[in-house]
Amino acid sequence: MTDIAWIDKALASARPQAVAALLRYFRDLDLAEEAFQEACLRALRTWPDKGPPRDPAAWLIFVGRNVALDHVRRRAKQTALPDEDAISDIDDAEADIAERLDQVDYRDDILRLLFVCCHKDLPATQQIALALRVVSGLAVRQIARAFLIGESAMEQRITRAKAKVATAGVPFETPGAAERVERLTAVAAMIYLVFNEGYSASGEELSARVALCDEAIRLARLLLRLFPAEPEIMGLAALMLLQHSRTGARHDADGAIVLLEDQDRFLWNAPMIAEGLALVDKAIRHRRPGPYQLQAAISALHARAKTFAETDWAEIDLLYQALEHIAPSPVVTLNRAVALSRLKGADAGLDLIAPLAERLSGYFYFHGVTGALLMELGRNAEARIAFDRAIALANSAAEAAHIRAQLDRLHIDGAEGERKSKSGSARRPV
Amino acid sequence: MLYAILCYHSEAVVGAWSKEEDEAVMGRIAEVKTKMAAQGRLGPNLRLLPTTAAVTLKKSVEPPLVLDGPFAETKEQLLGLYVVDVASLDEALETARELGKANPGGSYELRPIGYYDPASPPAS
Repeated sequence: MTDIAWIDKALASARPQAVAALLRYFRDLDLAEEAFQEACLRALRTWPDKGPPRDPAAWLIFVGRNVALDHVRRRAKQTALPDEDAISDIDDAEADIAERLDQVDYRDDILRLLFVCCHKDLPATQQIALALRVVSGLAVRQIARAFLIGESAMEQRITRAKAKVATAGVPFETPGAAERVERLTAVAAMIYLVFNEGYSASGEELSARVALCDEAIRLARLLLRLFPAEPEIMGLAALMLLQHSRTGARHDADGAIVLLEDQDRFLWNAPMIAEGLALVDKAIRHRRPGPYQLQAAISALHARAKTFAETDWAEIDLLYQALEHIAPSPVVTLNRAVALSRLKGADAGLDLIAPLAERLSGYFYFHGVTGALLMELGRNAEARIAFDRAIALANSAAEAAHIRAQLDRLHIDGAEGERKSKSGSARRPV
Repeated sequence: MLYAILCYHSEAVVGAWSKEEDEAVMGRIAEVKTKMAAQGRLGPNLRLLPTTAAVTLKKSVEPPLVLDGPFAETKEQLLGLYVVDVASLDEALETARELGKANPGGSYELRPIGYYDPASPPAS
């Protein structure tokens, strides 16, 4: 059946491949995108009657290239001759299309397209916007909605990003093994940025931004099809799937944050968990651990626990230690402190994070965790100070509300706690 | 007689369905399934997770080789399948190796299942 909805999906899913190949031919992002758009218009005109081609991406690349070459030739008549570089592949334009589309070409093309979007001169927000526009093909309107800014502001952001990429030059040489790894690493980081942009959403913005999580997972799967034996890419896909599997349980009906320990695990997405666990298992077989794999393995332990009480904190603590070893950061240590406090008590957690106080003084979660651990120990006055700091640093209304709820508990428990500690101070262990 | 109906489609296209589109399709399928089940004609049916989650056990070599990704050869045909309940990929591989010893040659693709409906066992 060749209905318009099917064609739309086919065009969308062929997009990364097609735009990436067109970018190789034309070495110009705008021209590649224009050529793809033109090819899509033709597909919408001809596919309903003639039926879809066997390989939609190959069709779109072939037609897109011819259309764009026409444009280049027409422009050439009006202006000076084009730069040889810009049309370097014209000579083989008639070459057998099937041959041009072998897996290796595809692989480096798509990697290049993704890599262009995560150019090191681009700030994170521009990388994400550019990838969503160019690779995923989201409309500027959709991206603007996800970033909660106006359409024209987003249009400008994307235009600026493209200009910067154009000045910097697109890397066209076929990457060697080392460059390939370097590009993959940068691209993986960019995909995880896209994911976190969606995952950190809450409240009213939730529905608009959750789509970014799905998109990031789609991009990771795309990368995995191209590099099926890269354990870190498996880890990245698994990490995102396992985190995203909890989306339906992370907020209550009023948009308030629901902590892992209070989440209804029946609301977790079982297929996403199954896919994530399979990918973690696959990655581990390679015995080349990396940050994404370790984080995914931690997420997997949460996913495997049927109840919060069944969580394997000892194993999680070990995995965080491994993560501290290969990718040391105060944030990782902070996370380990949470695991450690479950394993050995809040004291142990607090001891671990005490040395981080200075470096994480501006970090919401540091003060949130500190407050929670202090509260657990009945050190309510100190807990209140930590919570107050957390509220001041909250990234969203939901985060602030969550801490305020903790403070409320502190007031209720605190009144009791102080009474208890007064009467029981003599028996208090030293 | 029993028939297996094997589902083929572009993974990229189906993967690009929105949640709503996916649910709409599954809803329509559920209607058909309800009818088939009422007539006692529906056996186990399931939905596989993406090929990116698959590994392939090549058992034409000794010892069998584990490869990342789905079965990609076009010169061999799908001849059958097993559904097994395991705790991990390693357990699934162990099971596959055991089956492979009984039946060497060819390959097994191991792919996690996203949705499984055992339905009622077919009458015949």
